[in-house]
Amino acid sequence: MHTELAELARRIRANVLRMTHKAKSSHVGSCLSEADLLAVLYGKVLRIRPGEPDWPARDRFVLSKGHACAGLYAALAERGFFPPEWLDSFYQDASRLAGHVTHTGVPGVEASTGALGHGLPIACGMALAAKRDRLPCRAFALLSDGECDEGSTWEAALFAPHHGLDNLIAVIDYNKIQSLGSVKEVLNLEPLAAKWEAFGWAVQEIDGHDLGQIEDALTSVPLRVGLPSCIIAHTVKGKGVSFMENKLLWHYRAADDEELRLALAELGVAE
Amino acid sequence: MRGAFFRALMEAAEQDERINLVVGDLGFGVVEPFAERFPNRFLNVGVAEQNMASIAAGMALMGKVAFTYSIANFPTLRCLEQIRNEVCYHKANVKIVAVGGGFAYGSLGMTHHATEDLAIMRALPEMVVVAPADPLEAEQATRAIAAHQGPCYLRLGRAGEPQIHDSGIDFQLGKAIRVRDGGDITFISTGGILQTSVQVADALEAKGIRTRVLSMHTVKPLDTVAVLTAARETRAIVTLEEHSVIGGLGGAVAEFLAESGDPGVRFKRLGLPSAFSSAVGSQEYLLAQNGLSLESILVSVEPLLEVTRAL
Repeated sequence: MHTELAELARRIRANVLRMTHKAKSSHVGSCLSEADLLAVLYGKVLRIRPGEPDWPARDRFVLSKGHACAGLYAALAERGFFPPEWLDSFYQDASRLAGHVTHTGVPGVEASTGALGHGLPIACGMALAAKRDRLPCRAFALLSDGECDEGSTWEAALFAPHHGLDNLIAVIDYNKIQSLGSVKEVLNLEPLAAKWEAFGWAVQEIDGHDLGQIEDALTSVPLRVGLPSCIIAHTVKGKGVSFMENKLLWHYRAADDEELRLALAELGVAE
Repeated sequence: MRGAFFRALMEAAEQDERINLVVGDLGFGVVEPFAERFPNRFLNVGVAEQNMASIAAGMALMGKVAFTYSIANFPTLRCLEQIRNEVCYHKANVKIVAVGGGFAYGSLGMTHHATEDLAIMRALPEMVVVAPADPLEAEQATRAIAAHQGPCYLRLGRAGEPQIHDSGIDFQLGKAIRVRDGGDITFISTGGILQTSVQVADALEAKGIRTRVLSMHTVKPLDTVAVLTAARETRAIVTLEEHSVIGGLGGAVAEFLAESGDPGVRFKRLGLPSAFSSAVGSQEYLLAQNGLSLESILVSVEPLLEVTRAL
């Protein structure tokens, strides 16, 4: 079961490790925590056409946590939106792939983000426009826990249920670590599910690394007809590489040569 | 101008079903006809300007033409990063409309004085910046930005501004309208203060100084041809705007002139000092307090006229 999705998740993780290693770039922990979510979205859930990225009836996916772009670029390359060789250029001079997710010249990227708290409002506008035109498109936004500090996230949270946007799905990568410490220490979000419910969303909490749970949740949206869905995915920052898990340090540093070798070995991937 | 904007928007919306109006819970008494005529194309996001800008961008990315609407600085400065990232970077078909440019809401206090908006909007890549001078310009500007593909900022006055132009203006984005012709001095203004420029021209004409008046309704892209022509054909250029002297029309013209290779022209920016106005009063009162009454302007330009006379 889920072997294909597990393999996709593994390949996303391996790509992320190689990309951030080569680029010496940050946010590897954030990319590893979202990898299973992206694998299910891009491997199973999103109605998209890699050969026709502008297909009008496609689902829209907005990576609101734009700093975790290496994971999305990897997923898009795996799905054939662009050649996998592009990943080698990530973060480099003259690359198309910037260090926060960027749509210009990158097939499959719907929106550029990087400033936090922007993605859910954009997805709201997309979902509303689809509703108004009676299009089947759904809008998915993948949020970090840290950006639930942003007021603009909650402006959108108020808006979506009021307008009955049941074609809008917010997925929160709740890895419990933000820039300067744990979410609990920096600005506690709990009770997070109760907050979204109070704002009028249909909420489901899942293990964000259990492919079966992710698939079940994401394929049963809307969780309730007439309401936007919020899927709170409990995740582990740095998931999949033992020495990166739950460590703030890996929000910033990239693996050196030896660490890359060890990390890939843990994933069971050849260097 | 507000009435002219809504009339033109309604007309444009009849022609173009992509047009949506997105408001931030403001516009009592003026947004209702649109909302009733096009209920599925009207949206009140509530008092949430950041969300308003991002939602409009999201709608535009789905093929809509989204007009955002609010007053003073709320649709611009409150959501500046959303405008920069979502609207401008994505070249989204979003038209930002602010009512209450300058001191139009003077008595409401500093928070409602939109006095740096032109500079800030002008600094954003992709953004077209328009400040019409009268209801006729406002109507035509609305049509023009609706037809333009990409981000625009429309800065309106309020309501009840006098008509300055005759009915036959040729309005094109990025092209100044020559309101008066003259070879001694040129007044370039943007927005409703064009009325004062015309009054200044009348007063100067009475003294035998032939005054050219340009309505530079589009601050960006600037009509550099009109500026250069004025620099070559008249002896002095004065910019006049209901906005800080930093970065708006005066800034744009100054930047262009300084690099134009025509250093001979005398130049002065008239506008608001870079200072908050704590005085309480109407638009007219605050303009006078800030040196922009007709009388003050005539005094301010006197040194330029000395040069003109000497030549």
